[in-house]
Amino acid sequence: MSPVMTTRIALKALARNKMRTALTMLGMIIGVSAVITLVGLGNGAQARIEAQIKAGGTNLVTINAGNFTANGVRGGVGAASTMTVDDVEAIRDEVPNVQYITPGVNTRGQVIAGNQNWSTRVQGTDVDFPLIREWPIRYGSFFSTQDVSGAAKVAVLGKTVSDQLFGPDVDPTGQIIRVRNQPFKVIGVMGSKGQAGMGDDQDDTLFAPYTTVQKKLMGQQYIQSITLSASNANATGDVANAVSVVMRTQHKLANGDPDDFTVRTQEDIAEIRTAALDTMTNLLAGIAGVSLIVGGIGIMNIMLVSVTERTREIGIRMAIGAKGWDVQLQFLVEAIVISLLGGGIGIALGFGMADLATRFWDFPTQVPPKAVIMAFGFSAATGVIFGFYPARKAAALDPIVALRYE
Amino acid sequence: MAAVISVRDLVKTYDVGEVKVHALRGVTLDIEPGEFVAATGPSGSGKSTLMHILGCLDHPTSGQYLLDGRDVAKLTRNELADVRNKKIGFVFQGFNLLSRTSALDNVELPLLYTDKSMKTAERHKRAMAALTAVGLADRAHHHPNQLSGGQQQRVAIARALINQPSLILADEPTGNLDSRTSVEVMGIFQRLNAEQGITVLLITHESDIAEYSTRIVSFKDGRIKDDHPVTSRRDAQTELALMPVVA
Repeated sequence: MSPVMTTRIALKALARNKMRTALTMLGMIIGVSAVITLVGLGNGAQARIEAQIKAGGTNLVTINAGNFTANGVRGGVGAASTMTVDDVEAIRDEVPNVQYITPGVNTRGQVIAGNQNWSTRVQGTDVDFPLIREWPIRYGSFFSTQDVSGAAKVAVLGKTVSDQLFGPDVDPTGQIIRVRNQPFKVIGVMGSKGQAGMGDDQDDTLFAPYTTVQKKLMGQQYIQSITLSASNANATGDVANAVSVVMRTQHKLANGDPDDFTVRTQEDIAEIRTAALDTMTNLLAGIAGVSLIVGGIGIMNIMLVSVTERTREIGIRMAIGAKGWDVQLQFLVEAIVISLLGGGIGIALGFGMADLATRFWDFPTQVPPKAVIMAFGFSAATGVIFGFYPARKAAALDPIVALRYE
Repeated sequence: MAAVISVRDLVKTYDVGEVKVHALRGVTLDIEPGEFVAATGPSGSGKSTLMHILGCLDHPTSGQYLLDGRDVAKLTRNELADVRNKKIGFVFQGFNLLSRTSALDNVELPLLYTDKSMKTAERHKRAMAALTAVGLADRAHHHPNQLSGGQQQRVAIARALINQPSLILADEPTGNLDSRTSVEVMGIFQRLNAEQGITVLLITHESDIAEYSTRIVSFKDGRIKDDHPVTSRRDAQTELALMPVVA
């Protein structure tokens, strides 16, 4: 029989039992749409995080102190007190293509202004920090080289801190605030930078000269991080490598010793963050994929019932000249039509649900073509695999036995 | 001329649990081209079993069966399907039409398994011609459940004829029909036999129906009891002309 006729006969047979066909398809529809929706949500979230991290600047390189090992006990990032301003100077002198560079000393502290108070992150940086992060100043100005060398008690507020202490749209420059009970003079307010990749508010912070944070707030000589920008995005990788070399020399690490610092580009950070999400997406898609198998078993079940019900029809067809292969193909095509139709509807439904998520919860979704092709391929394979046994059973019937079946 | 059907010592034994049922106990029979043979006998005499074997639907336990000189035992499953498709036309007591399928589609069915490249239009044309030959052209798009028993049997005959077989095997074709319709159906067989020279093997337990044939082979307990030509053959056409017309 020609493939066209076989398909037409299959469609006719399925149309005769619309309810049953629809219910059988439902298994495939649910499985495929669940896979598509989940992959769409996962990929959308991934794309958003990636975009946000890259928005921080693709030419950024961050060096964190850490990987500290003492007597076999390894500390995490920031655990080691090994980085100093000397490292910053060495990098500035020896690594080519470094545009701006700043040390970073972070702590938390209670900030008080008048009768308001707010706990926030206190970041000690150098003067080039706003240039590295491409972070505009809203009111006043960032601190100067003199402020840094003199460890002046001056502060530049993040927008959130300024809003909390002085109210929105108020210029607080010139006011005195108390940070950990020490008076600081507000000399500027940063523009809004919004949420970071993982959702924390980047504006909930206060900047002061790193020297001030080291001496007046923390009483120590070390720095926790170094942030620098490469002169162009393409040089970022080379700069990161060169930084590693300089740092190892600075810290007098012998060959074979592990780094006591971590160098990361913005690209690396994006990768790490999205890799976790990728695992999550695959896991969810895998769970949804299980329902595809369940759907396939549903198809097999119904096809077996159908073969039994239509034993007489099979007998008639064989009596008038259908070969085993003709009968097998007829039932196989029925199973494939169910699974492909179910898969197609499932894909459409998956796109629909992803779209709804975007519309109503403002959740970014992105269904990759790869997932669509895979879902479709999977449903076709399901039809073939789970349709094969019932079709085989039908084809193996003895003509006279089938014909006499009541 | 070589026999269409030639069987030697055909034995068929069914294994039903511990009991063995001997349906055929050694049947030897030759049917020449153009013959109209009626196989008669009470139920259980083995005539239906013989038909299933002759129709390549079933295998004998032992014995030889030559169809047009070919040994059927040596044919593969697919070759047997081809024989059923092209050489033999079946007419059953229970019609065996596909339900919820139009008369036209039922008649076309064997063609689907004959020639994959045949155009739909050509198939329709041939099926219509076959339906016209049995006088059912105006019922082509009716489903079997919309047709009377006689009409259903005529659809089945049209289906049996579609591939111009040389042999028609009819298993109790009038078993489910009233007497007038039975005569009509027998008339069709007589016409096909006379005009197209198609060999007909008719299985029936009604002796009056057997008289439409040219030769009666009667069976008893799986053996041929008697084999004789019909002396006073009935003619369906003349009988129909004399019958009162039922409105």
